[in-house]
Parts: sequence; structure tokens; C-alpha cells
Amino acid sequence: MPKLNSPAELEKLRHKILAKRDPKKPCITVCSGTGCHAYGSEKVNAAFAEEIKKQGLEGKIDIRRTGCHGFCERGTLVVIYPEEICYTNVQPEDAAEVVQSVKENKVVDRLLYTDPVTGEKTTYELEIPFYANQQRTIFGPNRRIDPQSIEDYLALGGYSALAKALTQMTPETLLEEVKRSGLRGRGGGGFPTGRKWEATHDAPGEPKYVIVNCDEGDPGAYMNRSLMEGNPHSVLEGLAIGAYTIGSHKGFIYVRAEYPLAVENVGIAIRQAEEHGLLGENILGSGFNFKVKVHRGAGAFVSGESSALMTAIEGKVGEPRSKYIHTSEKGIWDSPSCLNNVETWANVPLIVNNGADWFNSIGSERNVGTKIFSLVGKVNNTGLVEVPLGTSLRHIIYKVGGGIPGGKKFKAVQTGGPSGGCIPEQFLDSPVDFDKLSKLGSMMGSGGLIVMDEDTCMVDTARYFLDFLADESCGKCTPCREGIRQMLGILTDICEGRGKEGDIELLEELAEVVRDTALCALGGTAPNPVLTTLRYFRDEYKAHIEQKRCPAFVCKELISYYIDPAKCQACLICLRNCPVGAIDGEKGKIHVIDQSKCTKCGTCFEMCPNRFNAVTRISGEPVPLPPLEEERVIVRAEK
Amino acid sequence: MAVVELDKVDRIIDRYVGEEGVLIQLLLDIQSELNWIPKEALERISERLKTPISQIYRVASFYKAMSLTPRGKHVVSVCLGTACHVRGGQRIMDRAKEVLSMTEGETTPDMKFTLERVNCLGCCALGPVVVVDGEYHGKVMPAKVEEILKGYD
Repeated sequence: MPKLNSPAELEKLRHKILAKRDPKKPCITVCSGTGCHAYGSEKVNAAFAEEIKKQGLEGKIDIRRTGCHGFCERGTLVVIYPEEICYTNVQPEDAAEVVQSVKENKVVDRLLYTDPVTGEKTTYELEIPFYANQQRTIFGPNRRIDPQSIEDYLALGGYSALAKALTQMTPETLLEEVKRSGLRGRGGGGFPTGRKWEATHDAPGEPKYVIVNCDEGDPGAYMNRSLMEGNPHSVLEGLAIGAYTIGSHKGFIYVRAEYPLAVENVGIAIRQAEEHGLLGENILGSGFNFKVKVHRGAGAFVSGESSALMTAIEGKVGEPRSKYIHTSEKGIWDSPSCLNNVETWANVPLIVNNGADWFNSIGSERNVGTKIFSLVGKVNNTGLVEVPLGTSLRHIIYKVGGGIPGGKKFKAVQTGGPSGGCIPEQFLDSPVDFDKLSKLGSMMGSGGLIVMDEDTCMVDTARYFLDFLADESCGKCTPCREGIRQMLGILTDICEGRGKEGDIELLEELAEVVRDTALCALGGTAPNPVLTTLRYFRDEYKAHIEQKRCPAFVCKELISYYIDPAKCQACLICLRNCPVGAIDGEKGKIHVIDQSKCTKCGTCFEMCPNRFNAVTRISGEPVPLPPLEEERVIVRAEK
Repeated sequence: MAVVELDKVDRIIDRYVGEEGVLIQLLLDIQSELNWIPKEALERISERLKTPISQIYRVASFYKAMSLTPRGKHVVSVCLGTACHVRGGQRIMDRAKEVLSMTEGETTPDMKFTLERVNCLGCCALGPVVVVDGEYHGKVMPAKVEEILKGYD
């Protein structure tokens, strides 16, 4: 591939790619994001390839592996072009029927999305409520692109923003445009991107560095990964525009250890872009040079903090430092450095192409543009959701997410990862943006939304996050290292039935100290999960402490499982499935749980057939004595 | 440590000599090649990069992806990300600990299994998730853990 030397050559190549493609030719696309991969999309893909060969349709039907579509609940996802017919939960065994249907221009009804409530089927991908209620400007192209093919990205207009920036705009006009767009950092902080760029642009010293933060350590959040895996060129294009604006010639992409596919795909993308003259020396003949290097993380949550991440890029232990000197002035190797989240960079080409006014028109006041959320937990449609900032939690959870499974009651939604908090039902109509969620004591963070239902214990949730943070605290500053550990100790006591009067007040006092004195944001925000659950679910804490009762039946030390002799039909199901053999009984003999053997895994409760509902959970009161031996015989009426 | 293994370490170091800030990348490569980082490897890096071993040890002991003890033939990762947690991930971990008679982070004496917790694999729709040697097991129930582990020899 000869390097492209001008925007005109880029356009010529684009036309050539498009001319080769027949938009009417059938194409079977298979989602190959990590979610679908876990469902076995590789096998589905292979089955399609084989089936096309078998039916003699090679060259007549294309196959494409695409980036993550986001509707992870229904993987493996398959979309048939040009009609965009969407099949869900596709298995390798379905390949023959699907290929046949493509050949005959038919639709395989049984694989279409079926609404769990109305039973209505939807044929076309974007008409499925999950997608129809979103606005996918950044994430949209994922489903059309093979992440390992630069041609696919170019076919959709890729790198035209970079060409425009390099030849029609100056760094100053670009800076002005990004500032005017109102884009704020998507990693969680929400700092105005334009101002961040300006600070690095104005800082004295060379060289300057630009960095993509793809550390995405918040558990339950995976939107950055899906973008990096699914459309790496969009991030690279944004990064290159940022570098040109700031005056940087070297960029780093920091990807966490757990994302090998992202490392692979972005590595391929960098190589392809260099071969095409879209990265490297003299990009598109403009005289601008820019090189990008991938840095793999090694498994440390705290390394996602900007100063820690920069230290890690230097090859050292990724610990934060206090930032009285900003990283925009002294970052990597004490040079001016500008770090942004994956999604922030991916927004840049859109702003350059469509203008600040267009970007400004999406979202709400001071919170413009769209945001990708990772909607997970106790929700029907687990997946990635892109909506304008300011959309209500209710819209995201119910309209897009399809509500809570199993007819359970919504309890809270956890936002902002371990630095965020739990938002209760009364605030479901709150718009999701940087400012509103902070007012509720949580934060938007990078975009994880974990839905919790009545079976989630809020004290256990707080304990879970502090356990996570205690494990991830780097130990550099005392308030974080010791404070989190002490809070965790108190919470563990409460969850295990050793809570005592005064614990809540002590937790609040500790939380305040940690919040005010920790060195970095990890420590400073660590008390949030405790403080928000105390604010909105204080009664649950009190039940644990005063009555030794876990209202959600989660805390093992406070609950017991019990088989109601009046309901047990001695069907043997719980008995056979109990992993520790704690259930006694036989056919025709009422089952009894040996409380001393029971590990409270809950298997019996889940397995007991709904029509019996004999296994119950008990908390805060003694377990009734088992029936006497002679009372355990079930006498059934003769048929 | 076998000569062959030190050769591997040397070849990895060769890739990075002369570059700045490579320590983490180098250690990650050794980890993926040998499945752990032996003391001899740390010494060799120290010698060749002319870096005090204390600094290298500090990095190798800080990061979770690096192991300073040998790991088992099969690595069992139980996801305890928030989504898996609210769906009962902890009960899966508890069951795995019972089945393997050890706690998280440990390796069975026969070197067959290493049990780890991971803080989110990003396939939350499948939660609770257990990954063994890169193979995903979704919507796991405590009663299924033993059966899953039996599938690995």
C-alpha cells in the first residue's frame, strides 16, 4: 500500500473502496465483541463460512465479523445486510437455515427478537426497542465495521476529519472548536476537554505527549473496551487530531491487562494507519508527524488515575502523586501530557466533521453530546447504551433496558463504579449527567450503571466496594490505606452479625476523614458507596445491627434456609442439587436441611419448583425446629 | 531454573534493550511466556538493564497480572465485578473455594488449579461468570461449579 500523500488521495482511495462494494450484495455479519465471543461467536462464524461453502454460495454471500453491537443480553448477534435483519441468540446449528433464508430472501422467524412482555417480534435491528430508544453517534459504526479492516472504516468516511483538521484548520481554530463544542471528559471527571488541551498546548517544554486512557477499571463497565475493540480507528483519528492541536508527536494508548482483544485490534489499526500514511511521518503530506505506541497495563485499578497512569507508562509502579503541578505541565517524563478517555477521543472526529454547533445541539445544558453507558446487573437487556447526556435513569433502565427481570422490584442503581454511589427509586427521573448525579451523592463516572433489585443488600454492596478498594489501594497515603481498611472491618462486622450501636456514626466519621485527606481520587471518593447507602438505605444498616436481620437475604451469617414441611412434596430436587449434602429426606419423606452442614449457597431455594415454593429464607429470627420423624411421611391420596 | 527458560528470558530482554520505560512490558512478556516470574528472571533483568533488583521486585510485586509464584495448569477466574456480584458471584467463589479446598490466589498442591478473582470481564450479560483457561462459563450456579472444574484435567 503506497502512502497517501494528500486528502485528495484519501478521497480517491475511499471511492475505490466504495466502487468495489455492492451495497445490494447479501452480507452476514457476526458480532465478535467480548460478550458474543463468550457466547461462542467464533463457532457461529465458522459455521456460516462452512455453510456458505456447502451450499455453493461462495462469492455470492459475504461474511463479516464486526465490533460489539451492544445488545449483549441476546448474543450471539447476527445481522443480515442489506436489509439489516437481526437474529438473536444464534447458535452454530442455526447456520444452515440462515444461509438458506438469505439465498431465498426469506426471514427466519424463530431467531428474531421477541419482546418478553408483548411477545411481538421485530425483524430489523434498529427497530428493536433496545436500539430504537438510543442515539448512537459514537457507537453506531461498530456494527458495520470489521475492527481489523481499515477499509471498512474508510468506507464509512473514516479519517476525513483528520484530513480536514490537517489541511483546513490550524491548531488554534481546532482548539477553539473543541472548546466551543462543550465536550467534557468521558472518563468520569467531566473536565472540559478544550481547556485540558489548551493547558497542554500552552505549557512550555518539549516533547509533548497525548494519551488514551483505556484502563477502564470500574467493575461492571466495559464501554471503552467495546469501542477500542470494535472501532479502534475512530480513537486513533481523534488522538491524531488532538496531537496536531496540542503540538505532540508521540501518543500512548494505555490498555488494561484484561483486554487482550483491544490490544490486538488497536495494534493492527496502528499498523494499518501507518501503512496508509495516516499515522507516522508526514501524515497525508501535511508535514505533521505522529507516532503511537500501545502500553499494556498490568492489573492495578489505581493506575487508571491520570498521574499514576503516566508513571506506569514510564515503566514504574503506577501510583498517583499529588497534583499541585498538573500533568498538563509535567506528565510523562516531566513533559507536558494530555490524557483523555477512549470515548472522549472518539468524539473528536465527529466534532471536527460536524462542527461544535451540531455537538452542542445534543444533550442538555453544560452536558452536551452522547454518552455510552454499560447497563448491567438485574436488568432485562444487559448491554451498552448510548444516549444523549441528560436522559433520565428511568428511560435508560426501563425503555432501553426493558426493566427488572422476574417481576422483581427495582431497588437502586449504582453509578460511577467504586467512586460512585447507589441511587434509589425516588430519583429515577433524574437526568443522567455530570452535575445531577454528583448532587445525589454519586457521580456519573465512566458510565457503569449497575441495576439492583430487592434481592440486593445495600450494606453488602457497600462492603463489596470497600473490599475492592482496600484491595486496590496502593498504600501510598495513610487515610486511604488505613481508613478504607477500618471502614471495611466495620462493614464486615455488620454483615456478619457483629454490628453494634455507634458503628454507623463511626463509619460516617471515618468516611469524612478519608474523603478530605486522601491523596488521589481513589481514596477521596472511596467513602461514596458507604455514604450514599447510609443516606438512602439507613434502615437496612439498622436492621443488620439491631435485629441481626438482612432484609434482602444476602448476608450469609444472618440468614438461614428452611424447608416448610407444609409445602414440601419430597420431590428430591433440592436434595440432589445441594452441593454439600446438607438435605436429608427421601421419596415420600419431607426434606429437612441440616443447618450445621448448610453453606447457605441458596441452591435449594433456587431449585425448589415454583409450584411448591417450599424453601424459604429466614433472617432475624430463629429457624423453626424440623418436624418430628413420624410427621415427615407424606401420605398422598390414592389415584 | 532451567537454562532453556533463562534463554527465553534473555530473548525477551533483547527485544527491549535500549528503550526507555520498558520494565512493565518486559515483565508482562515473561509472565505470559513462563506463566510466572521466577527469581532468576528478576536477577537477569537487573543485570542486563542495570537496574537495582529492588526496583524490579517492587514493580513485579505491585501488579496483579504478575505472579512471583508458579501458577497451576488451569487458571480458574471467578468474576466478582459488580454485575456478577449482584447476581451471586460471591456464592460461586465460595463454592469454588470449597471444591478446591483453598482460598483465592492459591494454587492446589498438585499444581492443577490456580483460583483467582477478577474484577470484571465485561461480559456482564452472562453473569455470574467463571473463566477457565480462557473458556467462558456463563450463568453459573453454585451447584454447577464442581462439574465445571471436573471438566479440566
